[in-house]
Amino acid sequence: MKTLKDAGIGSTVRVVKLHGEGALKRRIMDMGITKGIEIRVRKAAPLGDPIELTVRGYQLSIRKADAEMIEVE
Amino acid sequence: MSIKIAIAGNPNCGKTTLFNLLTGSNQYVGNWPGVTVEKKEGQLKGHDDVIVTDLPGIYSLSPYTLEEVVARNYLLGENPDAILNIVDGTNIERNLYLTTQLTEIGIPVVIAINMMDVVRKRGDYINTEQLGAELGCGIVEISALKGTGIDEAVNLAVEAARRGRQVPKHNFAGCVEHALAHIEEAAVHGMDEDRQRWYAVKIFERDSKVVEELKLDNDVISHIERDIKRVENELDDDAESIIANERYVYIGGVVDRCYRRKNKDGLTTSDRIDKIVTNRILALPIFAVIMWFVYYISIGSIGDFTVGFMNDTLFGEWIVPWVTSTLAGVGCAPWLISLIADGVVGGVGAVLGFVPQMMILFLLLSLLEDCGYMARVAFILDKLFRKFGLSGKSFIPMLVATGCGVPGIMASRTIEQERDRRMTVMTTGFIPCGAKMPIVGMIAGGLFGGSAWVAVSAYFIGVLAVIITGLMLKKTKPFAGEAAPFVMELPEYHAPVPMNTLRATWERGWSFIKRAGTVIVAASIIIWTLNSISLSGGVHFITEQSGGKSILEALGGAVKWIFAPLGFGNWQATVATVLGLMAKEQVVSTFGTLASTTDYKVMTAEILGSGLAGYSFMIFNLLCAPCFAAMGAIKREMNSAKWTVGAIGYMCVFAYAVSLMVYQFGSWFTGGGNIIGTAVAAFILAFMLYMIFKKDKKSTPTVANTEKQNNLVHK
Repeated sequence: MKTLKDAGIGSTVRVVKLHGEGALKRRIMDMGITKGIEIRVRKAAPLGDPIELTVRGYQLSIRKADAEMIEVE
Repeated sequence: MSIKIAIAGNPNCGKTTLFNLLTGSNQYVGNWPGVTVEKKEGQLKGHDDVIVTDLPGIYSLSPYTLEEVVARNYLLGENPDAILNIVDGTNIERNLYLTTQLTEIGIPVVIAINMMDVVRKRGDYINTEQLGAELGCGIVEISALKGTGIDEAVNLAVEAARRGRQVPKHNFAGCVEHALAHIEEAAVHGMDEDRQRWYAVKIFERDSKVVEELKLDNDVISHIERDIKRVENELDDDAESIIANERYVYIGGVVDRCYRRKNKDGLTTSDRIDKIVTNRILALPIFAVIMWFVYYISIGSIGDFTVGFMNDTLFGEWIVPWVTSTLAGVGCAPWLISLIADGVVGGVGAVLGFVPQMMILFLLLSLLEDCGYMARVAFILDKLFRKFGLSGKSFIPMLVATGCGVPGIMASRTIEQERDRRMTVMTTGFIPCGAKMPIVGMIAGGLFGGSAWVAVSAYFIGVLAVIITGLMLKKTKPFAGEAAPFVMELPEYHAPVPMNTLRATWERGWSFIKRAGTVIVAASIIIWTLNSISLSGGVHFITEQSGGKSILEALGGAVKWIFAPLGFGNWQATVATVLGLMAKEQVVSTFGTLASTTDYKVMTAEILGSGLAGYSFMIFNLLCAPCFAAMGAIKREMNSAKWTVGAIGYMCVFAYAVSLMVYQFGSWFTGGGNIIGTAVAAFILAFMLYMIFKKDKKSTPTVANTEKQNNLVHK
């Protein structure tokens, strides 16, 4: 399973499924990361974590640990 | 009858700017009952009968975050007559996601599309008329920044409020709608039609709060559960996610029809700034330079000048002498003059002296916050701070606290996560502030021959105290578990809005001044009284002729044994420590008053004796409970008596433990050494090491935490 955490910097991926449950999953979906949506991984923070994404036309930052819940292709 | 209009929208969509425009100066700022989420209310300019409430900026109406629960409770409980939903036109999909939830409540919604000028500049086009028609809401284009379209938006909202409730128009996939219809029929049939959908959707999501509130029969619940399960199986996802997904699918369709994007993937100005500011190599140096600059202006150059002017010149040379001579002129009793001039004016003055400095600092921080840089700071530093149970946003409070703990603690306001905020509030006081520097200077100069390592070690110990506390407390129950999710928008950079910045600065400054007028006046009077009255040889005021032991001295003598294991168990050091609670500068000035000389070397040697005792004294005073002003700030930010007492209690215990270890272990190197004291110190050390290296239990705290927050909201 490839997750958002493994997606390289600068790559664009498509969300296949969101794993996990509860507050965190809801929060991620509330921010617009839903099935089928395209995400571009823009960069990682200077210390390597968190990462910055482009989702639905805006910039979102998310920790790698949380990105691991997002299955992509 | 008056009309209530609630302003709702995502964070950073221009809500505050619009609210300020609508209400002018008729605002009331407070906290929502029971929680520290800011509550703003005001009268609509030119309409005495319209009350506008600014809801917290939210992305959704989920039951998981404090802000969202506050907004939900307000919308459902207070029943505003209309919702003015601000939508950022440049980020329309995520903004409309909230809109689909707002319309379900049944309260008429008017959409104000903000930042239309930017949308047009990008060459995009929004068919607002069709958008409004599809969503079933009144809609209007505005620019909060330029103030255009505001009147129209308000008129539309007032009109909608008069027209009454509305039924939402959007719909989801067939099987979901089918289940929702079932739920409506089975569970919420008796309810007003316009509110049924909200409850049906929430029941479908298994929203714990709503299910609790409705007290449904078990029969009904199991019946509904079958419907939900069927949809979950069909769509292979949990109910809550299905709804979130359906909303975005619906919005996707609407946006496709109403929004024409001029397809260009060029870099925006924001992107260009970010290329440099969050650059892998440049980010940290740029951050350091910006912070140095903020620090230099507010704490160093201009700020330092204002503090000196306020304390020494304004209060020291003008106000206090003026008050003294005026009171003497009207024939006041000497004790009353002393109470007013030294006690009240002196005490309050010591605190008010920091106001201009704080205002400058707040102004600069508001500017950074408003333009979007603070979010980047959190982004850059998050990884480092997470190790200690803090968040990327904890840095600013800590930095500010090196100048003064009060604005430092207040700066923690920007941390949304309650757990991280509490941890930050609790640890910020450990950072040596400007007022603690004289203590360090006195000990270094008096007992260590002016050695620079004393000052360096003071900062080192402060930072270490933060780290150790973070490592220990994050394993305790109130702070347990994984860090809260850090899913944060990095908003586009924009020029700060002067009115917002000035208002935010003023609000923070004013709340500080108000406190100086209440808590600090009271504390000053009490301490002055205790220091001026003697009980020995009959109750009398201490004058130069009468002499006698003040109550403070007697009290100090009575509790001095507490500090004996730390090496400074005499009444002078005890009184100095206690007076330090008023303002940390007091520690040094008390030494000056209580010793027979003004020579630091003689003074410290006389009261503290050895260098080791002096160092222990310094550490205790650096780490223990902060001054009253800072305690007031802690209380304000914690907004809970239990947490305030807990935080201050922890600081005192921690300070005691560290000083005890330093003195007891140190004694062996300076000859002497106490077996029992050392054993206790060794036990403490072992306990701290155990807590620091103890394995962090993994759990799912986010849910547990929100439960707690929710209970708080309900209280």
